[in-house]
Amino acid sequence: MPNMSLKKVTMPEQDPNVRNKNFNEVALGYTKEQAMEEATRCLNCKHKPCVSGCPVNVPIPEFIKEVAAGNFEKAYELITSENNLPAICGRVCPQENQCEGVCVRGIKGEPVGIGRLERFVADYHMQHAEKKSVQITKNGIKIAVVGGGPAGLTCAGDLAKLGYDVTIFEALHALGGVLMYGIPEFRLPKALVEKEIETIVDLGVKINKNVVVGRSITIDELFEEGYKAVFVGSGAGLPKFMGIEGESLNGVYAANEFLTRVNLMKAYDFPNNPTPVKVGKKVAVIGGGNVAMDAARTAKRLGAEEVYIIYRRGEEELPARKEEIHHAKEEGIIFKLLANPKKIHGENGWVKAIECVEMALGEPDESGRRRPVEVEGSNFIMDMDTVIIAIGQSPNPLIRQTTPGLDTHKWGGIIVEEETMHTSKQNVYAGGDVVTGAATVILAMGAGKKAAKAIHEKIQSTMNA
Amino acid sequence: MYKILKKEKLNEAVELMVVHAPFVARSCQPGQFIILRADEKGERIPLTIADYDREKETVTIIYQIVGYSTQLLSSKQEGDTIPDFVGPLGKPSDLKKHKRVLGIGGGVGAAPLYPQIRKLHEMGVAVDVILGGRSKEFIILDKEFEAICDKVYYATDDGTKGKKGFVTDVLNELLNEGKEYDEIIAIGPLVMMKAVVGITKPKNIKTAVSLNPIMIDGTGMCGGCRVTVGGETKFACVDGPDFDGLLVDFDECMRRQGMYKEEEHSCRIGLGGK
Ligand SMILES: Cc1cc2nc3c(=O)[nH]c(=O)nc-3n(C[C@H](O)[C@H](O)[C@H](O)COP(=O)(O)OP(=O)(O)OC[C@H]3O[C@@H](n4cnc5c(N)ncnc54)[C@H](O)[C@@H]3O)c2cc1C
Ligand SMILES: Cc1cc2nc3c(=O)[nH]c(=O)nc-3n(C[C@H](O)[C@H](O)[C@H](O)COP(=O)(O)OP(=O)(O)OC[C@H]3O[C@@H](n4cnc5c(N)ncnc54)[C@H](O)[C@@H]3O)c2cc1C
Ligand code: SF4
Ligand code: SF4
Ligand code: FES
Repeated sequence: MPNMSLKKVTMPEQDPNVRNKNFNEVALGYTKEQAMEEATRCLNCKHKPCVSGCPVNVPIPEFIKEVAAGNFEKAYELITSENNLPAICGRVCPQENQCEGVCVRGIKGEPVGIGRLERFVADYHMQHAEKKSVQITKNGIKIAVVGGGPAGLTCAGDLAKLGYDVTIFEALHALGGVLMYGIPEFRLPKALVEKEIETIVDLGVKINKNVVVGRSITIDELFEEGYKAVFVGSGAGLPKFMGIEGESLNGVYAANEFLTRVNLMKAYDFPNNPTPVKVGKKVAVIGGGNVAMDAARTAKRLGAEEVYIIYRRGEEELPARKEEIHHAKEEGIIFKLLANPKKIHGENGWVKAIECVEMALGEPDESGRRRPVEVEGSNFIMDMDTVIIAIGQSPNPLIRQTTPGLDTHKWGGIIVEEETMHTSKQNVYAGGDVVTGAATVILAMGAGKKAAKAIHEKIQSTMNA
Repeated sequence: MYKILKKEKLNEAVELMVVHAPFVARSCQPGQFIILRADEKGERIPLTIADYDREKETVTIIYQIVGYSTQLLSSKQEGDTIPDFVGPLGKPSDLKKHKRVLGIGGGVGAAPLYPQIRKLHEMGVAVDVILGGRSKEFIILDKEFEAICDKVYYATDDGTKGKKGFVTDVLNELLNEGKEYDEIIAIGPLVMMKAVVGITKPKNIKTAVSLNPIMIDGTGMCGGCRVTVGGETKFACVDGPDFDGLLVDFDECMRRQGMYKEEEHSCRIGLGGK
């Protein structure tokens, strides 16, 4: 008899007023007992709607059944048959729009806590399992992967399992992409990301850090060096600015810079780590997505007294995950909605205040969201010390500029065939944010998987021909 | 890990290192730079590629010891390794086959200037150079420049080498004498580049400068290195570091470069540096 409770088993969290002063993880995870109890809420549906909601088709009811029975290692094997980074996805997947969004239990009450269970299983495995050395028969075929974010890591891992000789080329000094430099420690501990990456490296993937493809070596040169296929997973790292007056004042950051200083360079532990960051008493974060929430919650933790989210549409339109908005509010972030920045005022070269105009919601636009329109004469000014701009990113132009024959959209995204992730250039595949624009970890992973499969099929067919 | 094959002191504040870095050495061009981390927790600091050897797979950097990270780098010896060393970054300099070019190098700016001047020399361009520094000891690479330039002029604050005064004093003299240059390449502290442009702009002489804003990734990801050139926002790490000096907003650059003045200070104290 399944557990018919309408609510998920609550996951313990740090108290909002404690956690908004530290960088430790907010959500603490289930205990064994809590996980087993939550697992009993799954109905083990025959048609498995949840699985079709997951971009990488994790065998959800099957793994949950093992959790309910206390067979956590078996559950781990089932999850990792489809998902190389379960500890990460369990934490940052927008489950409410994916697996949990279509869970039958969600029709009446809360869906099964699939993400929480996935997280529990991955964490349990990390704490308990002995490291097994995997035996893979190598086929000696060289494949290059550009970028060590979730797309590149997944593609590399899948191809390595099939015996390929895979090398990841990563521009930064650390792998992980946005997982390392963007998503904050309190949501996704970096030690955990490193551990997940280690399991991929243990499959025999070679890592070439500090290599900027397009500068240190081009894609054409990779082919000259004997690589048979190249997967491009270089992400969407180029920050957008608004083009308003005052954006180059001292104290104005792109969210990428602010978050990179804090996450990758660990500025929260300055001067123990020598990279500094500036946060004043009053901080304005412009934008309403996950990136904006992360920047705001980070600023609060660094000691800012008042942190505002300034967003030009309404509450309903906020693109961030519900859970992130909820957490931000609990931590004391102030939402200034229906407000659009017009100018950043300065004093002696530093940010002094931000000027905004009030917005009203008009008719729905092409995206289906109601279009914000300025309310004339409603300008208002708020004093600020720091302004963080989080209005989106686009793909970095370096690869398209240095790779002849690689077709891209006007906005910069690489054009691929949906089924294979093959680009317009022979034997070059691409996936993740560089194809879709800023999206999600799991979609990037799904793209990496698809490309790995297509690369394998293509190489096999040419070998058999 | 990147091995330090050679280390040499050029004067009390400036050192040279030859580093084994195959991926940088294979494709770098004059005007490009690298970013390194001196240790596992280190800041990412940009330094221009002063020279390279494709066969030996080495890159030469010349750095001035100014703060915590450059001190940390300086504590390394021949045979030690640098954990991270990425490049080449930035656009290669746009060197044209002019008749005559004047290079101006202020202090350690002589180091990034050198590969550009040498390339121009190899292209058959006649080059003159003005080198400036606090005093005689702070002039670097004078022998190297003298070997390839028609004329090397000097300016020191205390008059111990060449003219007593600034590189701009020499520049004014040369221009007043009627010397004509198709282009001037000025690399040094921002104040120096601004002063050079102050002279060349009214005369409308093409002037290239190399900007050195605070950087992190050097790949166009953080936007921290943004500079205003001709009214447009540019990222120095991918659109530069060389820019048309006549269009650069130097005051903004100087202001942004000083953004972490206080922290840099506390950082040094906090870690018991000199
Ligand atoms: C602050 C923030 C919060 C987010 N929160 C969430 C969330 O909660 N849930 C969620 O699902 N998604 C979230 N996202 C989105 C998610 O992180 C991305 O969609 C995902 O990381 C994309 O993966 P990727 O592999 O395509 O690219 P990235 O993660 O961007 O990785 C690309 C990698 O390629 C490297 N690279 C780039 N150019 C080159 C080159 N020329 N040569 C070599 N290497 C190169 C980069 O350094 C980087 O390591 C968030 C994003 C941000 C910025
Ligand atoms: C493209 C480029 C090329 C450069 N080439 C050379 C070179 O060939 N030789 C050389 O001696 N110096 C060069 N520099 C400057 C060099 O990077 C700085 O001197 C160094 O980062 C100072 O670090 P620090 O910790 O020792 O000093 P700090 O005490 O931290 O700072 C001293 C000053 O250095 C500058 N600075 C600090 N951190 C950075 C950073 N991350 N990026 C850029 N500037 C910073 C600031 O103006 C600061 O006021 C270059 C800079 C750039 C951007
Ligand atoms: S990977 Fe993401 S979408 Fe798929 S089951 Fe796990 S949490 Fe759900
Ligand atoms: S839809 Fe929900 S209840 Fe049904 S199998 Fe999936 S997780 Fe279990
Ligand atoms: S250094 Fe980050 S964008 Fe230039």
